[in-house]
Amino acid sequence: MNRPFSKRNRWRQPSVLPGFGLTFGFSLGWLTLIVLIPLATIFLKSAGMGWSDFIKVGFSERAVAAYRLSFGTAAAAGLVNAIFGLLVAWVLVRYSFPGKKIVNALVDLPFALPTAVAGIALTALYAPNGWIGQYLDPLGIKIAFTRIGIIIALVFIGLPFVVRSVEPVLADLGKDVEEAAATLGATRRQTFTRVIFPAIGPALLTGFALAFARGVGEYGSVIFISGNMPGKTEIAPLLIVTQLEQYAYDGATAIATVMMIASFAILLGINLVQAWSRGRAGA
Amino acid sequence: MSQRAIVTESRFARGLLIGSALAFLGFFLLLPLVAVFSEALKQGVGTFWDAVKEPDALASIRLTLLIAAISVPLNVVFGIAASWAITKYSFRGKSLLITLIDLPFSVSPVVSGLIFVLLFGAHGWLGPWLSAHDVKIIFAVPGIILATVFITFPFVARELIPLMMEQGKDDEEAAVSLGANGWQTFWHVTLPNIRWGLLYGVLLCNARAMGEFGAVSVVSGHIRGLTNTMPLHVEILYNEYDFVGAFAVASLLAVLALVTLVAKSVLEWRFDYHHGGAGH
Repeated sequence: MNRPFSKRNRWRQPSVLPGFGLTFGFSLGWLTLIVLIPLATIFLKSAGMGWSDFIKVGFSERAVAAYRLSFGTAAAAGLVNAIFGLLVAWVLVRYSFPGKKIVNALVDLPFALPTAVAGIALTALYAPNGWIGQYLDPLGIKIAFTRIGIIIALVFIGLPFVVRSVEPVLADLGKDVEEAAATLGATRRQTFTRVIFPAIGPALLTGFALAFARGVGEYGSVIFISGNMPGKTEIAPLLIVTQLEQYAYDGATAIATVMMIASFAILLGINLVQAWSRGRAGA
Repeated sequence: MSQRAIVTESRFARGLLIGSALAFLGFFLLLPLVAVFSEALKQGVGTFWDAVKEPDALASIRLTLLIAAISVPLNVVFGIAASWAITKYSFRGKSLLITLIDLPFSVSPVVSGLIFVLLFGAHGWLGPWLSAHDVKIIFAVPGIILATVFITFPFVARELIPLMMEQGKDDEEAAVSLGANGWQTFWHVTLPNIRWGLLYGVLLCNARAMGEFGAVSVVSGHIRGLTNTMPLHVEILYNEYDFVGAFAVASLLAVLALVTLVAKSVLEWRFDYHHGGAGH
């Protein structure tokens, strides 16, 4: 404790491996330059705007409509993905069927396919004269250029987050607990709701949160199918772009700040729920 | 038989579950992919090639390759350095550092572009200084590279950190105690251990770098033949109702996505490389 370098030691334990200064210094410097400083500008610019201006542009009627749309559709798509993502993960982990490896690879398509490509492809399918749209249009069902179109794009973008979050937990879940439940007289349904579901619940919530967060900020896949009507189908990221194109930097910054704070708050909330449920499960 | 039956579903239920999962995936994932190629080739292979060989399309392909060729190596260097620092030493604030590295994943692509406009744009903080010195970042290639590096920042690091954490530092410590220096230890001990994970990270990083749309769209200025990447060119053609042209360029990006998926799957099957959790 009284040695001259004790202060340094408390921060970092000594190691025989060389290169800490170089790799840590470079990582931190690069991180600061590319990520931290640029991100800080958005908060600094917001802070410089003054409270009343910030509220005026950040919570204008049009902006609030865009937040509601972005968060609402992202939540709806996240729910769809939680249900079908769980189904896909279950089928991939528990059953074998021909072509399973190809199906497994296909699940990652939304990670690999550029969002603009997904956007025009989905529009080609769901536009009123599109592959699917032409059969729905006479029935009065409109998908492209409505909220449903936005949700479909976000389902596409978010699916792998749920599948890849649930899959490893489901695979690790031993058959012995299910056997124990069954031997004790539980029906298959009881085993699922009382044994399996609580075990994969946190992973499912993580997948939902990742898909939701991605959906709130998503731009490329949505703008082609959404129709972009202000107040109706104009998502928040698009409103930022529109403001920028009109050189309304304050508006763009305020909307971006509100979106980021809201996303961080929601993710923090989900993390707290998870920590709480894990604590309960562990106790 | 009845012993096994209690921990799985009936044949009928299994079939139903597999069927609905496949129907969902077919409808939501496979059909859009089929639509891209079918729309691109709608008016024959000749029209498709003409659209691809069009000068602005070729310029966008060249720009996209250039952007990836610069941003991917930058993130590889950063990813290796960061995961070496994080996994080979114990120091305080490590989990904060990991969280900060992941930060770009939780930022909307549009916001990722906006921050560079606020910094380097004509009305941005450094804008007056940059224009006085005749340096163009926004609406030029450097801005596109910056936005791409930001968007793909965590890819390599988040692939390597769990892998190197699992491998520990015993091998490296042995090498150092036998007299190897830092670089030798890295080249001959660490790199062979992490090469498949590194390749995996590079694949995903490259796919995103070539396909990024939102962030690049904000900083590019959409100057045809100069600052249009492939995804931006797709948008321009689509908005001009040149659907065959848009889907022709889009199909090239879809081929890139398929190649990425195949290479990724080969890594997973052949080398039994498991990646940790959900990627982006």
